[in-house]
Amino acid sequence: MQMRIDPAASSDDLAREVADAGAARSLWQDAFIRLRRNKAAVASAIVLAFFAFVAVFGPALAPNPYDEVFPQYVRVPASLEAYPRADSIVPEFESVLARARVDVGEITLDGGTISAPIVTDRGIDPRFVRFVERSDLFTNARIEEVSPDETRAVMVADVKRTYFFFGTDANGRDLFARTMIGVRISLAIGLLASLTALVIGVTYGAVAGFLGGRIDGVMMRFVDILYSLPFIFFVILLVVFFGGNFVLMFLAVGAIEWLDMARIVRGQTISLKRQEFVQAAEALGVKPGGIVRRHIVPNTLGPVVVYLTLLVPKVILLESFLSFLGLGVQEPLTSLGVLISEGAANMQGATWMLIFPAITLIVILFALNFLGDGLRDALDPRDR
Amino acid sequence: MNAMTNDPVLTVRGLKVAFETNDGLVEAVRGIDLDVHRGETVAIVGESGSGKSQSMMAAMGLLASNGRASGQALYRGQDLVGMRERDLNRIRGDKITMIFQEPMTSLDPLYRIGRQLAEPMIHHRGLSRREAREKGIALLERVGIPDPQRRIDSYPHELSGGQRQRVMIAMALANDPDLLIADEPTTALDVTVQAQILTLLADLQRERGMAIVFITHDLGIVRRFASRVYVMRRGEVVESGATREVFANPSHPYTRMLIDAEPAGAKEPPPAGAPLALTGENVRVSFDIGGGFLKGPSVALRAVDDVTVRVREGETIGIVGESGSGKSTLGRALLRLLPSEGRVVFMGRDISMADKAAMRPLRKELQLVFQDPFGSLSPRMTVGQIVTEGLLVHEPGISGRERDRRAVEALREVDLDPAMRNRYPHEFSGGQRQRIAIARAVILKPRVVVLDEPTSALDRSVQKQIVELLRDIQSRYGLAYLFISHDLAVVRAMSDHVVVMKTGRVVEEGPTAAIFDRPASEYTKSLMHAAFSQEDFHVEAMRVAQGG
Amino acid sequence: MLGFVLRRLAGAIPTIFIVVTLAYFMIRAAPGGPFDLERPLDPLIMENLNAAFNLDKPLWQQYLLYLGNLLQGDFGPSFTRRDFSVADLFAVGLPVSVTLGGLALLLALVVGASLGVLAALRQNKGADYAVVGIATFGITIPNFVVAPILSLLFGVWMGWLPAGGWGTPAHMVLPVVTLALPQIAIIARLTRGATIEALRSNHVRTARAYGLPTRVVVITHTLRAAILPVVSYLGPAAAALLTGSVVVETIFGIPGIGRYFVQGALARDYTLVMGTVVVIAIFVVIFNLLVDIAYALLDPRVRYER
Repeated sequence: MQMRIDPAASSDDLAREVADAGAARSLWQDAFIRLRRNKAAVASAIVLAFFAFVAVFGPALAPNPYDEVFPQYVRVPASLEAYPRADSIVPEFESVLARARVDVGEITLDGGTISAPIVTDRGIDPRFVRFVERSDLFTNARIEEVSPDETRAVMVADVKRTYFFFGTDANGRDLFARTMIGVRISLAIGLLASLTALVIGVTYGAVAGFLGGRIDGVMMRFVDILYSLPFIFFVILLVVFFGGNFVLMFLAVGAIEWLDMARIVRGQTISLKRQEFVQAAEALGVKPGGIVRRHIVPNTLGPVVVYLTLLVPKVILLESFLSFLGLGVQEPLTSLGVLISEGAANMQGATWMLIFPAITLIVILFALNFLGDGLRDALDPRDR
Repeated sequence: MNAMTNDPVLTVRGLKVAFETNDGLVEAVRGIDLDVHRGETVAIVGESGSGKSQSMMAAMGLLASNGRASGQALYRGQDLVGMRERDLNRIRGDKITMIFQEPMTSLDPLYRIGRQLAEPMIHHRGLSRREAREKGIALLERVGIPDPQRRIDSYPHELSGGQRQRVMIAMALANDPDLLIADEPTTALDVTVQAQILTLLADLQRERGMAIVFITHDLGIVRRFASRVYVMRRGEVVESGATREVFANPSHPYTRMLIDAEPAGAKEPPPAGAPLALTGENVRVSFDIGGGFLKGPSVALRAVDDVTVRVREGETIGIVGESGSGKSTLGRALLRLLPSEGRVVFMGRDISMADKAAMRPLRKELQLVFQDPFGSLSPRMTVGQIVTEGLLVHEPGISGRERDRRAVEALREVDLDPAMRNRYPHEFSGGQRQRIAIARAVILKPRVVVLDEPTSALDRSVQKQIVELLRDIQSRYGLAYLFISHDLAVVRAMSDHVVVMKTGRVVEEGPTAAIFDRPASEYTKSLMHAAFSQEDFHVEAMRVAQGG
Repeated sequence: MLGFVLRRLAGAIPTIFIVVTLAYFMIRAAPGGPFDLERPLDPLIMENLNAAFNLDKPLWQQYLLYLGNLLQGDFGPSFTRRDFSVADLFAVGLPVSVTLGGLALLLALVVGASLGVLAALRQNKGADYAVVGIATFGITIPNFVVAPILSLLFGVWMGWLPAGGWGTPAHMVLPVVTLALPQIAIIARLTRGATIEALRSNHVRTARAYGLPTRVVVITHTLRAAILPVVSYLGPAAAALLTGSVVVETIFGIPGIGRYFVQGALARDYTLVMGTVVVIAIFVVIFNLLVDIAYALLDPRVRYER
């Protein structure tokens, strides 16, 4: 045993103690080191961090608000270049001026400014600018060089540059902003429902497992009965009940999803209770509360964390499924599921409407699944 | 015993085995040489992690997927290392067979033993199913399975551990191999079963003349079983030679240490007239088996039946028995960790009726140390937290700094470096963990400690240190020990008084010397014989075969 | 074994009873009724309708009536599709859903199990990573994304297969594939994990030590153990697949019973919803029983007791 203390060397050698203390690695730290070696898990964590950032700040940073309608830009394809396209500016200017019922001279487009002489017998009205301003293509419209008889003038306007990185939807809303709002809603729902399931499931499972015996039997019988009710039935009923309040609804979804969590935690608790270190704590006279706090809960956390990372994508998928059925969030708010179902409906003419939200959803789900798998391997290294 | 010939069956030269792990390449076997001749018995002995099993696994092509073998392992001139699986399969199971340490899991639970027994015969010898079955029945009969006609249709889970190992032996013999590799075949078995299996192996070898490579950590078996021995340590062979020679004149200090590691000495008797610490009178414990919520009626199983035990301060009572004897249950019942009938008196106070809350203050005085040093320490707490957990309960007033001081003190007491207290249990070896578990018990300054097989999971050399530590702590504090074990050598070294248990009842009891020198009951005699007989298994087998 | 089956079926009756009761009162607790249209009906007509469907009686009487009819195998008339009884609707839709689900299940089992075993035998090699990647893909892509993409790709652009509808075997290809994809993924993962574990077990080591050829080691001593978790998974999965998928049936325009659940619940078609609940519960019970029987046949340690 090299651990035997040499009596000559005092163990009060502080430096050595500090060094040794620094070298200590808990199981969590070990797991973290293993996780860091798993490239897929690390990449997934980075992707998820990115999407979390997008969910929080994305809508504010997007070029357009998610609920603004651009009637001139209905279903325009995704592009990194700004709209409007050069060949659509002049006809659009012509058509808005035509709506003002004025005669238009030669239109000149000079960089970001467009101008055209206008003629009207009714007299130049400053309100003409409104017709121009109403278009999504122009801004800062003004009337210059008004002739003394107020029948001629030059209408000048700046071309408004708008970016639609992901294109627009069937209502002319910016899909980029909507996708980011969708990420926010979907992630928030996933987390909210999963945390609800976590709290209920861990409490229920730990209580049933720790108390055991008849109470455990009754508690688990109840879980079994809930299991045999079709899940989709519950969800649709919840939609009917809480249709108006999406947050409440997903709290309720979480309140259904706890069944698996309760089973996992109960199984863990029962097997932990048989562990010798729990018996050792009992032999020390530790009270039940202390045993649960110091021995049971820390040791069930691993599987719970793993299950949680796998539950979040499940809930996100569920939300998408409900949105697909038309039972999801209400306009103008949106979620990835709503966007995908709209995209599926418009797939033939506007593929981008399906592609961008679908890819976003798949990337998030992929990342969550890989992270969950990575965590499981890291926390339970026997598995591989 | 077979005469040694110069007809090599297995020749190992420069064999290395390494495993690719997360922490890099770990070398398990570092280039060993080994010879096995026709018909001889060679033992490879070493402690856990010595590479003794992996060297033979490498020769058999059975390394885990991350294992790499290099060097040579020649079976009659053919190198097994790096041989194509297809060629290797002509030799494995036909010329060389193997039995393993884990009799409970080595057979496929999904198939009848007859089918598993027949597979190698059909595959290697082209027997028909019926022929293989006939031969299988004969083999089962030979290895001592009762009623083989019927038993051949059993599933593995319907047999006991000893019977499963007999089936494995039958399978190993089926094709009359040149070489049988036995990897700790008796370690998981009770001592009396162990002796039967070894006698059977010796007898079969005498009868069929195959060579045996016997891998074990148990020097007692080596002495009685093998003609030659290789001693392995950390992947190297440190000594080899004829068994008698090596035991008589060990040349390497490690071998000497291993031989000396057999627990020896006896305990100083406690002072005369020491007061009684703990008494259990007519203790009974029953378990309900079957039954439960919404299920059929339950059946009561008497795990401990009418047992009386008295232990004085400074005294050690050894409780001896095989698995299922109820010895561990008795220990827990005496600490009131299990509901039991009968009277339990601690320091003159009747605690038979005390409930959990009433027992809590007394827990400080009554401590327990477990067998499995890997399971008894909470994996997510530091050693310091583990050792001081009892203080949180019994001395809630003291400060964190004081607790830390006490942890340092307790760790020193068990000869562990106190600087290790911020580490986690998984970073320690089995022996170190058992010291931590002992520190957790002694920090409370108890009067009675129940030691439940505290040395059984440890290597012999570590066992000896733990035994010394326990005796040392006992004499320092006048502790009363209840020492529960199946290991008679350790019990002899630890106890003043011995209680022999079988199926919940006391078979025999008395002062240690009396029990060990003049066992009265047949059961105790068989235990003693299995544990201490110096008789060569081959001689014993011969005697048994000749109707002795 | 017959006794075991009968006992298990008898044991399932209380479960189905509780499920039916819970479902009944839950759907009835939902606000609204089957005849609440955009434009309110004439009160007199409403009264007649309610009387015709017994909705004017106290709830507990309605419940007992329903239960009584159910015991005689009568699911009642549909509230919203007034020319049909629920049994009529199921008689048409259930065979469609069962055909679709059964084919998908078969496909998933064959492909998923093969991929899983392949991955396990090539653990940590290219093929393994490919299978794990595909499986993750299959689990993550929702079927309401897969379905329109497949329909667009093979139905509209390539024109190889009908994009929707029901009738010929060609109509089945895309919906079966859509339904099978996630199941392939799950079964492949389960099989892979179980096979890897079985390959590491001591009895496989024994089989290898006795020189049995790889084929025997894998087929005899690994696969039977590896299929056990898949069998447990298949029970609930089969019950879910065979009772139809609302997404696939909607996108491909298939007249199965999967749509009835959602439509019925939203329209408060009480009998239709209850009929679906009962059918699903019966499927769950039957398949759990089949799983237990299969398990006991595969694993001698499990017996028919309990």
